[in-house]
Formats: sequence, C-alpha cells, structure tokens
Amino acid sequence: MNYLVLIGILIVVAGFALRLNPLLVVAVSALATGLIAGKGFVEVLSAFGKAFNDNRFVTFIYILLPVIGLLERYGLQQRARTMVGNMRGATTGRLLIGYLLFRQISASLGLISVAGQAQTVRPLVAPMAEAAAERQDPALTEEGREKVKAVAAATDNVGLFFGEDIFIAIGSILLMVGVLEQNGIHLAPLQLSVWAIPSAIAAFLIHGARLLLLDRRLSSPRGTSGEGDHPKGGGGVSVAASPVTPPPRFAGSPSPSGDGEDL
Amino acid sequence: MIGLPQLYLLAGAMFAAFAVLSALDRTNRKRFGNAAFWALIALSFFAGDRIGDLGNGILVLGLVGLAGFGLLGRGDPPTTSEAERAASSERRGNRLFLPALIVPVTALVGSLFLKDSGWIDPKQVTLVSLGAGVLIALTVCYLWLRPPPLAPVEEGRRLMDSVGWAAVLPQMLAALGAVFALAGVGEVVGGIAGQAIPEGSLFAAVAAYALGMALFTMIMGNAFAAFPVMTAAIGIPILIHRFGGDPAIVCAIGMLSGFCGTLLTPMAANFNIVPAALLDLKDKNAVVKAQVGTAIPLLACNLLLLYFLAFR
Repeated sequence: MNYLVLIGILIVVAGFALRLNPLLVVAVSALATGLIAGKGFVEVLSAFGKAFNDNRFVTFIYILLPVIGLLERYGLQQRARTMVGNMRGATTGRLLIGYLLFRQISASLGLISVAGQAQTVRPLVAPMAEAAAERQDPALTEEGREKVKAVAAATDNVGLFFGEDIFIAIGSILLMVGVLEQNGIHLAPLQLSVWAIPSAIAAFLIHGARLLLLDRRLSSPRGTSGEGDHPKGGGGVSVAASPVTPPPRFAGSPSPSGDGEDL
Repeated sequence: MIGLPQLYLLAGAMFAAFAVLSALDRTNRKRFGNAAFWALIALSFFAGDRIGDLGNGILVLGLVGLAGFGLLGRGDPPTTSEAERAASSERRGNRLFLPALIVPVTALVGSLFLKDSGWIDPKQVTLVSLGAGVLIALTVCYLWLRPPPLAPVEEGRRLMDSVGWAAVLPQMLAALGAVFALAGVGEVVGGIAGQAIPEGSLFAAVAAYALGMALFTMIMGNAFAAFPVMTAAIGIPILIHRFGGDPAIVCAIGMLSGFCGTLLTPMAANFNIVPAALLDLKDKNAVVKAQVGTAIPLLACNLLLLYFLAFR
C-alpha cells in the first residue's frame, strides 16, 4: 500500500493553515496526489477535469441568486429582520431558541441566505441577546457579554447546518448523490434529505437545552463570572484575526465559501 | 424530455450574462478578472461535454489561475438604498417571502409529483423543478415588483461577486475526491481504518465512519472534502456493502457527523472566525468554544442514530 498518496491531505492542511487560496491548494493537492500515485500529468488533469465537469450540478444552485438578489432589492432582509424582531422573548435563552427554530426551518426550505452572521446575527440577534442578558444579570461582566455574543453566532451556525440538509437541492445533498452515483448507487435527493430530520431534532434539543442552561446561569445571583467552562486564554489553536470584511451573503453550506482571505 | 442539458443552458446563460455585465462594470477595478472567471464557468456549462476531459482540466487551471493570483474583485451594481428597502419592506409586508417560497415549494412539489410524468428526466426531477421554480418566481417578481429589466441579473451578479471563487470550491473538492479515488487514497485510509476496526464489529465501524467524518472535516475545514474520502474508505465498502446499511441513511447522517466537525474547527473560517471578527470578540476562537458543548453530544447522537437507524 502506497502511504505516500496521503501527501494530498497534508497539502490541503498546510495550504489552509497558510491561508493560501483554496482553489490553488486543491488543484496542487490533486496534481501531487495523482503524480505520486504514478499517473501522468495529462492523465491526472483529465481525471480532474472530467470529475469537475461531472459535478457541475453542484454549482447549478447559484441559479437561485437572481431571485434572492431581486427580493433583497425590495427589502427581503429588512422583512426577515422585522420578523425576528417580533419574536421578542423575555430571556436570552428563549430568544435564541426562537431564532434557532426560525433558522432551522427557513434553512430546511432552502432559504439559507435570508439570515446569517452578517444579515441577522450582528445587526439584530447578538444585540438583542446581549440586551436580554443585561436585564437578567445587571452585573454582567465583559467576559459574560462576549460569551453571549459568541453563543448567538454559534446558534446561527447550528441552525443553518442542521436545517439546510433537509432541503433537497442544497449542495451537500447533491454532493452525496454524486458520490453515490460514482459508486453505482442511484438515490434521489429526497431519499437522503429526509434522513437529516432526526439529527436536526437532536441538534434542536441539545442546543436548546444549553441555551436554557445559559438562561439559568444568567439569572442566578452569582451570574457568569468565573464559571469553569470559560478558559482564560491559551486554549485552542490561535488563528490570526481575519480582517473585518463582510462574509458572503450566500454561504451555501458548511464548506468554506468566503471571499479570498477568509479561508 | 427536460434534463440536465437544458438546465445547464440556463445556468450557462446566467453566468455568461454575469461575465458580460462584469466586463462593463467600471466600479470594479478587477472587472476583467471577474468577467473571465464567470465566462469560464459559462463555457463549462455550455460546452463542458464537448471540450473533452483534458479541455475541462485546462478550463479548471484557468479558474485556479484567476482565483489563485487574486484577479477577482467585487462589482457594485446600482441597487436600492437601505431606506428604500426598509420602505419597500414596510409597504409590501410578509408577502415578500412568497416569491422566495415559490422556489423551494416548486422544487418539493415537482420532486414528489413529476417523477413519472415522462417529460422530465426522472433522475434530475429535483433540479429541473428547482430551475422551473426560479423561472416562475422571476416571472411573478417581474409582474408584481416591475423591476428594471436587467435588475435580476445585476442583483444576482452582486451576490455572485460576494461569493466569488468560493462558488466553485465544492465542485473542485468533488473533483479532488475523484483524484483521491484514482490514486487510492480511500483504500489507504480504509486500510488504516480497517486495521483499527475490530473484525465484525458493526459499532466500531459506525464509530470509525462518524468520528472519521468529524475529524477529517476538522482537518480539511469542511465536510465536502471529507465526505468523498471517508465514504469511499469506510461508508460504502464496510457500512453499506459488508454490513448492508441503508445508503441514504449512512450518507445523510455521515455528512451531518462531518458538520459537527465544522462546528469544532477554526479551519472553517467563514463560519467560526469571521463571525468573531464581525462581533468584535477579543477571543477569535470564542465561537468555536461556544459550539463545543453542542457539537460533541450531537456527534454522539449522530453516531447512535446511524447505528440504530441504518441497519434495521
């Protein structure tokens, strides 16, 4: 067995770590892997080109953009914000649970870009969650405030990831259809997407329970200061801060889709 | 019969329009880079089946070159102001959601009822319905909102430019998966996993697939790259063929196990690092840390769901 073919994985890891352009990294990784496996340059390039061509349907999803862009021109995002704004729950946890549900359901209908980190979290959800947390715990520390904002961002991700796969025409479902097709198994998107529902429910229950626990911590007199689950720096990999650029408004799925330097 | 060829003509026309409008857009310093990028994608949709495998490979090198050397910018087509949007949103109310719902509803209804109609390729019924939904929604929008004729294309281009080269990354990762398959990466990973998985233990195999998806996703920063490799290494040969697992359940829950990995990695920058920057958080990993408590129990749940649902 030729363990050297794993070099492609190393190249991808190193490329992402060095924040090189992912298209470049992926192309280099593919060429290196193919050449090390003893294939010729033309053969590898042809295989890559063929698979790229066979997977065009993954990119077909952008046919939605003119409709979404047109509706945004007439205030779709503002409408979505008004709708979220009307879910004015009394507490941080309940507010975020409402948002989680909204995000999961809208994503499951394919409406993944009506909400998002830039569209709803920064202008609306995070400030509302913070305001609710201040009501619950008037002595909210800076650390606690950061935590509430981070949880708001996390809630958007959880809602998106564990909602969108219920929609039949999302990139990841189409990728699954393509991979199975290459292996001689023919499935329709709907057969796959229904099996995203159990995990979606689990995600709602688990994240929802954590949000209620957050509520309890915020409401208890000793509040958020000095809780054990908040490491004082030094934990985890440190990654250089991205410049504050607006993230993509149409983030298709939990695969990287950003502009340039974000990866 | 309507199938992929017609859909690809539609997509090709859209990207060709993006290319032409990009080339004319003087607000974008790198307008010719954008024009070339969208034109290559249009070419791929129009003629991908006629230019041969090597031709497609060269086309991809063109895309990689444009993106890799930073030749893409962002156009700023004329659009409505924030105030105009707020006023329109106020005046039109929740009816604005209706055209947005036409697309998913058409896609769903078409998938359910048009499969055996005979005039749609049954394997592509979802995508064809989606394309039809887009055309219906655009027609409704033209009649109701009376936008300038080019507005949908210009607004589409605005969003497309904000996605940029990342638009073809999933397709590139799928192609990388194909090269990995050609080179036998799946077999090597599968061999390593096979040595690690005790013979005949279904639970160990399920755990290797679910945890492998999450770990590989953490390394690669996205589940799209992990899925073809892990599914070719463990999912299909071991879970589906050896243990007779239901392919739909294995793949669907396998992918979602990968999404748990996405929640856990700073590599998935656009979900985990960019929001921390947007919210001015001091700890750039604060979002990942806030997600750990959800992702790990959820990964365990996915493992159990896979074990109990796929092998009945």
